[in-house]
Formats: sequence, structure tokens, C-alpha cells
Amino acid sequence: MLLYILKRVVSAISVVVVTLVASFALFFLAPTDPAGTICGTRCNADRLAEIRSSLGLDEPPIEQIGGYMKGILVGRDYTTSGVVQHCDAPCLGYSYTLGQPVTKLLAQALPVTVSIVLGGAVVYLFFGVLFGTLSAQRRGGTLDRALIGSSIVINSIPYFVVAVLVALYVTVLPHSEYHPLLSNPLLWASGLVAAWLTLGLTNAAAYTRYSRASMIESLGQDFVRTARSKGISERRVVYRHGLRAALTPVVTIFGIDLAGQLTGAIFTEQIFGLPGIGVLTLRAFNQYDLPVLMGCVLLGSVVLVVMNLVVDIVYTVLDPRVRLG
Amino acid sequence: MSDQTLRGPDTVVRTPRAAATGEAYLEVSDLRVQFPTADGTVDAVQGLSYSLPLGRTLAIVGESGSGKSVSSMAVLGLHDPRGTRITGSIKVGGKQVVGMSADELRRYRGADAAMIFQDPQSSLHPYFTIGDQIMESYRAHHKVSKRVAKAQAIDMLGRVGIPNPQRRISSYPHEFSGGMRQRAMIAMALVNDPKLLIADEPTTALDVTVQAQILDLIGDLQRDFGSAVVFITHDLGVVAEVADDVLVMYAGNAVEHGPVGKVLGAPLHPYTWGLLESLPALSGEPAPLHPIPGSPPSLLDVPSGCPFHPRCEFRDRVGGERCTTVHPDLVPRTADTGRLSRCHLVDPDRVYQIEILPRLP
Amino acid sequence: MTTDTTGTPLLRLDGLQMHFPIKGDGLLARRKQWVRAVDGVDLTLAPGETLGLVGESGCGKSTTARLITRLLEPTAGRILYEGTDIAHLSQRRLRPYRREIQLIFQDPYSSLNPRHTVGTIVGTALRTHDMVPRSGELKRVQELLELVGLNPEHYNRYPHEFSGGQRQRIGIARALAARPKVIVADEPVSALDVSIQAQVMNLLENLRKELGIAFVFIAHDLGVVRHFCDRVAVMYLGRVVEEGPRDALYEAPQHPYTQALLSAVPDIGVVRGIPPRRRIRLSGDVPSPVDPPSGCRFRTRCWKAQDICAIQEPQLDERAPGQQVACHFAAQLTG
Ligand SMILES: Nc1ncnc2c1ncn2[C@@H]1O[C@H](COP(=O)(O)OP(=O)(O)OP(=O)(O)O)[C@@H](O)[C@H]1O
Ligand SMILES: Nc1ncnc2c1ncn2[C@@H]1O[C@H](COP(=O)(O)OP(=O)(O)O)[C@@H](O)[C@H]1O
Ligand code: SF4
Ligand code: SF4
Ligand SMILES: [Mg+2]
Ligand SMILES: [Mg+2]
Repeated sequence: MLLYILKRVVSAISVVVVTLVASFALFFLAPTDPAGTICGTRCNADRLAEIRSSLGLDEPPIEQIGGYMKGILVGRDYTTSGVVQHCDAPCLGYSYTLGQPVTKLLAQALPVTVSIVLGGAVVYLFFGVLFGTLSAQRRGGTLDRALIGSSIVINSIPYFVVAVLVALYVTVLPHSEYHPLLSNPLLWASGLVAAWLTLGLTNAAAYTRYSRASMIESLGQDFVRTARSKGISERRVVYRHGLRAALTPVVTIFGIDLAGQLTGAIFTEQIFGLPGIGVLTLRAFNQYDLPVLMGCVLLGSVVLVVMNLVVDIVYTVLDPRVRLG
Repeated sequence: MSDQTLRGPDTVVRTPRAAATGEAYLEVSDLRVQFPTADGTVDAVQGLSYSLPLGRTLAIVGESGSGKSVSSMAVLGLHDPRGTRITGSIKVGGKQVVGMSADELRRYRGADAAMIFQDPQSSLHPYFTIGDQIMESYRAHHKVSKRVAKAQAIDMLGRVGIPNPQRRISSYPHEFSGGMRQRAMIAMALVNDPKLLIADEPTTALDVTVQAQILDLIGDLQRDFGSAVVFITHDLGVVAEVADDVLVMYAGNAVEHGPVGKVLGAPLHPYTWGLLESLPALSGEPAPLHPIPGSPPSLLDVPSGCPFHPRCEFRDRVGGERCTTVHPDLVPRTADTGRLSRCHLVDPDRVYQIEILPRLP
Repeated sequence: MTTDTTGTPLLRLDGLQMHFPIKGDGLLARRKQWVRAVDGVDLTLAPGETLGLVGESGCGKSTTARLITRLLEPTAGRILYEGTDIAHLSQRRLRPYRREIQLIFQDPYSSLNPRHTVGTIVGTALRTHDMVPRSGELKRVQELLELVGLNPEHYNRYPHEFSGGQRQRIGIARALAARPKVIVADEPVSALDVSIQAQVMNLLENLRKELGIAFVFIAHDLGVVRHFCDRVAVMYLGRVVEEGPRDALYEAPQHPYTQALLSAVPDIGVVRGIPPRRRIRLSGDVPSPVDPPSGCRFRTRCWKAQDICAIQEPQLDERAPGQQVACHFAAQLTG
């Protein structure tokens, strides 16, 4: 098991390194010149050259990427307008536009996104799996049709419309803003309720359908018939025997979804004014703030490989037939 | 090296059981099971009646889709009440199963009657240990601590011949071989000492040598527990080995019923004849097979009259159009009232002796 | 029914071996492990002969079938077809042999493409092997359907419109389209009900008589094999343990495994007054083909096993006319 995790970590690191090199090549060697963007309209050749050298853009690509890697591993120094600044490892460079270390920006934004996404996940997993199970149990009945019908309706409305509707109409909800969890848990929660509800509602609709399908399959299995034949209660048959087996496929989807959302719940953050990774990425993209963009991409790839690993480990807990190796 | 140093094999011979005694423990009368579907109503079981005393084994045979499993699942009350129409009566130890409330059913299942299924691989829950699943059965009907239930489960595993039960109790089903899984299923079914065991093709998925072990085991346990066993199979060889009585089903109907020696040795129904003539022999000169023409009917649209008439070679021997219009009753067709058959043919015993028997190997 | 086995065999398997690589279980899974699905099989098949292959699940019957039809390439050994070793031929050079050696599958449900009509299924087989000009195709398809007892007018129906037995007939028609000399039938009747099984067996038997096709007939039902085959080979854990003329093998088996296997088959004969046979109880399970026992593979369950059985692997040896047994202590059961 340990060895397996070690192997997976090594392969995860190589995935991240490959992502890093590839995105570096794509962004930094792109035909557009970030120095030009920063320099703005009243730009002259001297100023442009100065910006280029301060960004390290005048160095050959290999050295640029080498410097970047060195920054991540041991930190590096930057010279901006003659002032030398030290950037501690892991250094992902400085934002072109905000003048702050990318790591600091990410560290500020990440808790926001994690808060939104995990809180939302609790909501949609709970309601999705519950409704899906109820639906599957009463397959073809009124409750089933009502649940599936509303689920389809909710999912046919574009996500941002739902978010806007929640933001505009559900005025009983506390105002959305981010407070760190540790400083005031109550404020933290109340500021996120609207976002959780939006994320939770839309995803619960989808998870109702996933869980229902998975549960219908599971309830049709021979082992459920065996469980019934033993004389245990129907609730135990459904929840202990049926649901247990139905969860495995849902966990797979959840892992993928969670990884996607952690790299930035863009609409939710934007509409509710929560400064998470999504908002950060979007800003960096609009302003051509390459170091920040790079940072977001790197963070995304780390999240993805970590989530993959977690899902695989959860699998072995759920299903004793799966062995790591 | 001489043969003297070699051991002989460990062998068993089946000894026939004494004749039936005692009153019926299981009594099924005029059981009908229907499934309303989008294509119409599936008449899976159409008026089935039989009874079975303790200590005896009834084999139900028939081709796939003839209603063997559906009728037996009804005995355990396993059909989904929302998608199934069940009428008639099923009495087990005096309790009426048809129409039982959900809670009564729960207390009845596993305690008075238990079932083992065809595929032990898919019938055991893959995520729970063998011990866990047996203990769950026991605790469903006994208010005892986990420790007591565990001791009971270990004891049961030992009785079904699983070596090292203390250790194997924490194995998962996938860590068992097919034969061991079926043993574990049997342990789970018998842990509450039910007086009725329904075995739905319990050896169909197993190899012959393993099948032999499981058949022995079911026989031994039946003797120890004194239970009534309904043994569903499509293998007439297995029937000959395990059954006291045989019920032959065709298209949702019992077409022949009687003691095993009679039903397989001197059957009265053309369908049973066809089955025997389809069976390649294991000894003697191989005789040509005389299969039944055609294939079984759809239960959405069961043929009128005798359901077997579209495939029956003998329907021309019955006067008038009776085979196609009149549904025969399951009645004694000879002086022996223990042998029942559902057919209009006159003097079926003679037809069998003169025409069928000589063709059999 | 005796067959002349003195002439050159149509097909000869010589030391045939198929080891499938699997990932190791250990933590340092560098050491590769192998499933020894088929591990040194020698068999011959004369023209027009039927050879039965029996044994318990996992003993390598289907793998042998897939090797003979070269759906798999063996890891060692030879497959001599009319004297040519086809064990390692390229796909292109295999083509003529693919036509002459056809396979029928067990599962009549999954072995036919549900989106193709029966006409297309059989027609494709004709076209693949250039059997008839395009213009004559439909006529030939209908002939073939008639030959296997299907209504020739049903060529434009889809597989799901047929019953299990009829689907198996379609599979047979497809195999016959190529006018093969050998048909390898892997459990062709196992999925069918007794009455339908008998219909399909009669069909196969008539085809064999009329067309003189040789069969390798795989089944786990010993009655079915006895009915259909001239010679029978018994496999255990990837090897043939006994092989011989049908009657010798069924009446006087000499390998302990064959004896146990035959004694375990439930027989309807008891109700007709044939005295019940003593059933031999075998203890334990079949060992894993990944790590078979040393020496004789059956020794872990054999009541006759001696020290030598663990050391020396018994070879197939002629113990009676045409009857070969791989056992150090081969003998008929006494008592
Ligand atoms: N592609 C494969 N990779 C690994 N192992 C395989 C593969 N194909 C077959 N095996 C293994 O080889 C052994 C022989 O398999 P095979 O399918 O030939 O058995 P069989 O005798 O036909 O059994 P059955 O009666 O169940 O059809 C089995 O242990 C099987 O699990
Ligand atoms: N839930 C169901 N809905 C509709 N038809 C069913 C259902 N369960 C079983 N049947 C049909 O009932 C018939 C009898 O089935 P079954 O008793 O399982 O046959 P077998 O004799 O092979 O055990 C079959 O035609 C089957 O398709
Ligand atoms: S009633 Fe008629 S059709 Fe039915 S089995 Fe008897 S002879 Fe055949
Ligand atoms: S060689 Fe030995 S172990 Fe193998 S079958 Fe013969 S007696 Fe048994
Ligand atoms: Mg069934
Ligand atoms: Mg096979």
C-alpha cells in the first residue's frame, strides 16, 4: 500500500512537471508579447526592453524555464526597476499587474474556492444520493417522476442563470462575502450559504439522476434478492446492501467533478463576489498576467492528480475486490 | 510399485429414502403469478398446486422460462408487490404467505423458509465478508450480541465443510472458490434452522465434481435438520440423484407430478417423454436423440387448450380438437393416484411402454 | 464408430502451450507471473473425426480452441494443419487456414452482431473467403439457412428475432459458409435447454455425416460429448490427462481424474434400475493455473498419489489400444 502510494506520487509529480513545461512553452513562447501589454499605449522601445528584461523575457526559453523551476524548488531573486526582491520557495514568480508573489495570491484564493466547493459538495451529495435512492426505490411512482422531472428542469437552466436567480431573489440569505473560517466560523458560513445553495442545488439535480441509475442497477442485483430472502428490513436491504454497492460509480463521478470545481468555480465566485481561484484565473487571463495564469494551471494539475489518487484509495475502501498494485 | 500400496478412492453411494410420511409443511394451491408489462401480461405461473412434507425433497424441473424460479420466489414472498399479481394460496407451516404484510414477511423469510440461488458469485454481496453476511442472517431473527452471532456463523461454516472457519469467516466472497461460495450460501440459509429450504439451481454454475459435493452436502444437512427441500433444476440426472418427488413444469403449468421413480421411470406426459428422449445417455449404446420440435411458447401469449399442443406429436391421437381447445387438468391418469399428469391422451402408460421406452437408450 | 487414425492426421497439436502474462501480486511486482492456461497439449484429429474435449472450468478448453483457430498465438508448441505448422503464421498467410478451420461459440446471444441481418452475417462470411460470386450470394445464404434448419425467407431478420437455439443455428450457418474441413465448437449447446440442445446436436451430427467435417467438440457435459464424439480427451489444469476411444474412456477410464469426473456425473439411469455407481469424492479445489503443483498436477486431490507423483510429471502413455493415460499408476478401478 505504502509502496503503491509512493509510486503514485512519483507518477503524479511527473504529470505535474510535464504540465508545467507544456504550459510554460505555450504561454511564454506565445507570439503575443506580455511586455507590450504591460507597457501599454504610451510605450517606447527603451521602456519595452526594460520591462522585457525585468520579466526575464530576453533570456533564451531554456533559461526562462530553468529559472522558473529553480524558483519553485529553492526560490529566486527578481529585479524590478532596479530593486532586488527575494521570492521564497516555492516561488511561482510575481504577478505582472498586482506586483505580488503568485504563491501569495493563490494562497489567498484557494481557501475561498475550497470553502465554496466542499460546502456545496456536502449539500449536493447529501440531497443527490438521498433523492436518487428514494427515486430508485419508488421507480415509476409519483415521487420518482417528480424528482426526475425537477432534476431535468434544473439542469436545463444554464448554471449562471440559476446563480443569478439565487443571488437576486433569495434575499433572505445572508449577504455573500468571504471571511476566513478560522477568524469567525459563523461569518464564514453565512457568507457562503448562497454559493453553497447554488452549487448544491444544480449538482444535486445531476447527482439525483446518477445515484438513481446506479441504485436501480444495484437493487436489481442478485445479492439484493439474497438480502431480502434473509428476512432483514427493507430499509436495511436498500441502504446497507443496495446503496453500498451503488456508491462506487457515484464516487468516481464525484472525484472528477470535485477536481474540476476546485480548479475554479468561476460562475459561482464571480456572481457572488467571492475572490476564489476562478476569479483569479479569469483576471489573470484578461490582463495577460502570465505568472498568475501559470500558477493557476499548475495548481489545477496538482489538484487533478491528487484527486485521482484519493478516488483510487477510496475505491479500495469501498470495494474489497479492488487491490492496489 | 505394486497396486497394494495404493489407497482406494473415498466413495459414497446414494441410498433411497423411505416413502412419504407426515403431513404437508409446504402447501401450494392454485398459485397464479402474473407480471403486467408494457407488452401485455406475462402469465408466469398458471394455477400451480403441490405439497411437501418435512424431510422430503421435491424437484421442480422444466426448461428455462417455465416458471420454476417465479413460483419458488413467490413461496418466499420475494416478488415486488407493485409489479406482480399473485393469487392462490401458499401455506408454510400453517402460515399463509400470499397477502402477508411486509413485516410478517420479514419475520417469515429466513426463519421458516430460506433460499439459495443459482449463481453464488452474484448472490453474495461483494463488499461484505462471509461472516458478516451470515451473522446478519442470524441476527435478523435472534436478538443476540455480535459475539454470539459470530460463534454461530463459525459453527455453521464448519458444518458446511469449509476448512478453518475461524479464519475464513473474515474472507470476502471473491476470496472463495465457486464451490466454497455455494457452501457459504447454504450456511447463510440454514443458520436460522428453517424447516423449508428452496434451492434454485444451486449447482448449475458449478463443475460436476463440485456439484457432487454440494448435492451430498444438501442431502446430509437435510437429514440433520429434517427440513423440506424444494430443489429446482433443469438437469434430469440431478433430479434422479436428489429427488423424492418430481414436478415437471411447462409454460407456467405443472404437467406431471409424482414420485421420482415413476416420473423418470414411467412418465405419463408427452413433454416428459420429449425431455427423456432429448437426453444423451451416459452408458449403453448411444441412441439417436428425438428432440421436441419447436421451442417453448411466449408467456405473453400461452397457446389455447393444452399449452404443449404446438409441439406435441400425440395431439392427433386425441379425439376432436380437444388438445387445442380444452386445457387438461392435472389428474391421476392411471390406477396409481400418486401420479398426476395434465394430458388428454388415452392410456399414456401403454403409449410410453410400447412406443417411447424402446427408443430410450 | 471407429475411425482410421493410421493415416496422416488433419490436425496435430504438439506440445502446445499458452501462457498468459499477468501482473504479479507482490509489492515488488517485478517478477512476472504467468497463467499456464494450456501447458503442453498433444492431440491429433483425423479427417472427418470428432474429438471431444472435456474438463472442468478453467482447465484450458476454450484457450485450446482459440489456439487451434489461431485467434491466439501460442507461446510454444506446434499446430500442424495438413503438415504445415500454422502456430506462428502471419495474418496474411493464415487466410486459407482461417477458411478451413472454423469456430462456433458457446453464447448464441453475444456472438452475433445485433445490428446485422442474418443474411449479412452469413453473407459476410461468404465474401471474406470469396466463396461465391456476388450474384450468387443470396442464393447460397438461403441454401445455408435451409441446411441448418432455418426458414430461408428469414435472411433479412435480425438475431434478436430468433430464439437461442435458432441463433446457434445461425452461428453454425456462418461457420459452414466457408466450407471448412474442421469445426472447433466451443460449448455449442451448453447455453441451450435440453430439448433445444438435442435439436442442435442432431443438426451437427447430420452435418458431420453429410459434409464429412472433422470436429473438435468442447463441452463440460459428459453425456453430450459421449453422444457426439469418436474420441475424447480429458483435460486438467492445462494438460491432457487421458485420451482415447469413446467407449474405452467411458467404460474403462484409467486416470484417477477421469474416474472421479465420470463418477460425479448425476445419471438418470438409477431410476431405470441401473445400479447406482459409487461416486468418488474428491477433496479440495482445482489449484491455480498460475502456480500448478509440481510433478503430476492432479496429485493434490489424488487418492493414489505417491512420492514420485510430486517429483516426476507423468507423460501420456498408451495403456490400452488407442488409450493414452498420463499417470504413474494408471489402472482401471476395481471393486
Ligand atoms: N487472456 C487471458 N489472460 C489471462 N488468463 C487467461 C486468459 N484467457 C484465459 N485465461 C485463463 O486460462 C485458464 C483456462 O481458460 P479457458 O477459458 O481455456 O478455460 P475453459 O476450460 O474453457 O473453461 P470453461 O469451462 O469455464 O469455459 C483459466 O484459468 C483462465 O482464467
Ligand atoms: N419481473 C418480471 N416481469 C416480467 N416477466 C417476468 C418477471 N420475472 C420473470 N418473468 C417471466 O416469467 C417466466 C418464468 O420465469 P422463471 O420462473 O424465472 O423461469 P425458470 O423456470 O427458468 O426459473 C419467464 O418467461 C420470465 O421471463
Ligand atoms: S393434451 Fe394433447 S397436446 Fe397436450 S400433451 Fe396431451 S396429447 Fe399432447
Ligand atoms: S501420477 Fe500420481 S498423482 Fe498423478 S494421477 Fe497418477 S497417481 Fe495420481
Ligand atoms: Mg430460474
Ligand atoms: Mg470455455
